[in-house]
Amino acid sequence: MIEVDQVSKYFGPIPAVREVTFRVNPGEILGFLGPNGAGKTTTMRILTGFYPPTGGSVRVAGLDVFENSLAVRKKIGYLPENVPLYGEMTVRDFLFFVADIKGLGKNKRQGAVGRVMEVCRIEAMAGRYIKKLSKGFRQRVGLAQALVGDPEVLILDEPTIGLDPRQINEIRSLIKSFAGEKTVILSTHILPEVSMTCQRVVIINQGMVVAEDTPENLSARLGGGHRIRVRIGGPYGRVRTALKELPGVRAVTSVDGAGTYLLEAEAEIRPQLAMAVCSSGWDLYEMVQVSATLEDVFLNLVTEEKTEVEDHA
Amino acid sequence: MRNFWTIFKRELRVYFTSPIAYALMVIFLVVAGYFFYNSLAYYSLLSFQAMRNPYLENLNLVDMVLSPLFGNISVVMLLMVPVLTMRLWSEEKKSGTLELLFSYPVRDIEVLLGKYCAALAVFMIMVGLTGFYQIIIWSLGQSAPGVAVSGYLGLFLLGAAFIALGVFVSSLTENQIVAAAVSFGVLLLFWVIGWSASTVEAPLNRVFEYLSLVKHLVNFAKGIIDTADVVYYLAMTFFFLFLTMRSLESKRWRG
Repeated sequence: MIEVDQVSKYFGPIPAVREVTFRVNPGEILGFLGPNGAGKTTTMRILTGFYPPTGGSVRVAGLDVFENSLAVRKKIGYLPENVPLYGEMTVRDFLFFVADIKGLGKNKRQGAVGRVMEVCRIEAMAGRYIKKLSKGFRQRVGLAQALVGDPEVLILDEPTIGLDPRQINEIRSLIKSFAGEKTVILSTHILPEVSMTCQRVVIINQGMVVAEDTPENLSARLGGGHRIRVRIGGPYGRVRTALKELPGVRAVTSVDGAGTYLLEAEAEIRPQLAMAVCSSGWDLYEMVQVSATLEDVFLNLVTEEKTEVEDHA
Repeated sequence: MRNFWTIFKRELRVYFTSPIAYALMVIFLVVAGYFFYNSLAYYSLLSFQAMRNPYLENLNLVDMVLSPLFGNISVVMLLMVPVLTMRLWSEEKKSGTLELLFSYPVRDIEVLLGKYCAALAVFMIMVGLTGFYQIIIWSLGQSAPGVAVSGYLGLFLLGAAFIALGVFVSSLTENQIVAAAVSFGVLLLFWVIGWSASTVEAPLNRVFEYLSLVKHLVNFAKGIIDTADVVYYLAMTFFFLFLTMRSLESKRWRG
């Protein structure tokens, strides 16, 4: 549905995005993940045709966003970063304006506006001025304007930023409900958001794509081997040595210096570990398998990238 | 075309749901009314003297009250137009709504013309309110509909040029105060540039005189519609609207 091909964007000599390539399939929710300043917003703006790319091409439903800008913009619903809205309009007036400008006929407008207000649950706010709304409602109005006209593609730039946890959950489940119907690109720097809502992740750093996969695969890629966290009551030095001597254990690190250890092993060693602790007469309080989170993957990729760039310099 | 109306309606609505249009109209009417009252009072003073002075018998309302009215209105508009146009692009740039607006399927030119015509409409409403003065002049027994029509046509063209310049300046900055100050300064310069026509060398003085905004309104105020004046205002209008289009485009390339 969306094909981003070797897209670069330079502001003067400064590269904001460098040869970014990725695809989004129809009905897919793609997470666009990266630290602040990685080039997420610039990429989003290129996707909506606001910035023409310096190099490369973007196609939405087979149409080039630069050549067929108007046709592409008809298919896209966009929620820009920080949700800029016309504060001096009421919610209803603003949504009618959006419906009008998106080319909805007079007889369709009422229904379209009513639907998005219902989906985003802002009916109660219809007569309020947008500038008087709370952040959560502004965000929902922003999402509502993107949904007006039922576009095939939704581009959402940090849609949950600045919301309270309950509102975040609501927005996330709303986005999730689009799966299969709409093609969604969701940019964020919040990792759990991606693992919760997205089917696939593109990680971008310093303007370049550093990874592209499902959240599960990305975690698995880093979580090779087994990591176990144990808490044992017993003399520190002797426990540590005993753990190290267990067959299959690669490394032992003390987490807090008071009985919690992190083990890296080649294979499943939990049964042997439990036996060893018990037979030595120590107390076993806790034993957990730790899998690498997306956070680890992210940090790993981003730091790897950094050292590589520094090497070049 | 439909998008033009959508933008036009929204912009016009913003003028009238915020205090901008009302504040401008009130101030404009107070100042223009004061000018009008003054020339009427002066006229009545002179006409009393004319009863004893045979040299003043050619005195008439059109020359003494109606014609100067258009010049006076244009001076007040010099101050009002920058305030009218300053928000058109600057506000959208500052709040980020410009990005949202251009994510909708609209052409730049439709947005530009919608905004431009909304400001021009407010301008025409303000100028139109001075129609009451015409009723007063008419009720005093003298009417010159030709002069009134040409004068208002002149003001319309002048407003079109003023607003085009203001719209262009607003597209250059995201700060409304800067937009207003720069538009005012440039308009003022175009106004007074004619003054140096008498002091500079031969080929240049004609240019300065031609560029002067005042000079071109004088004919209209007398009831003369000269194509040279019409072309001057239209050229200014198109030139600044064209520059605005370029300025909008370049913003996207440069970020």
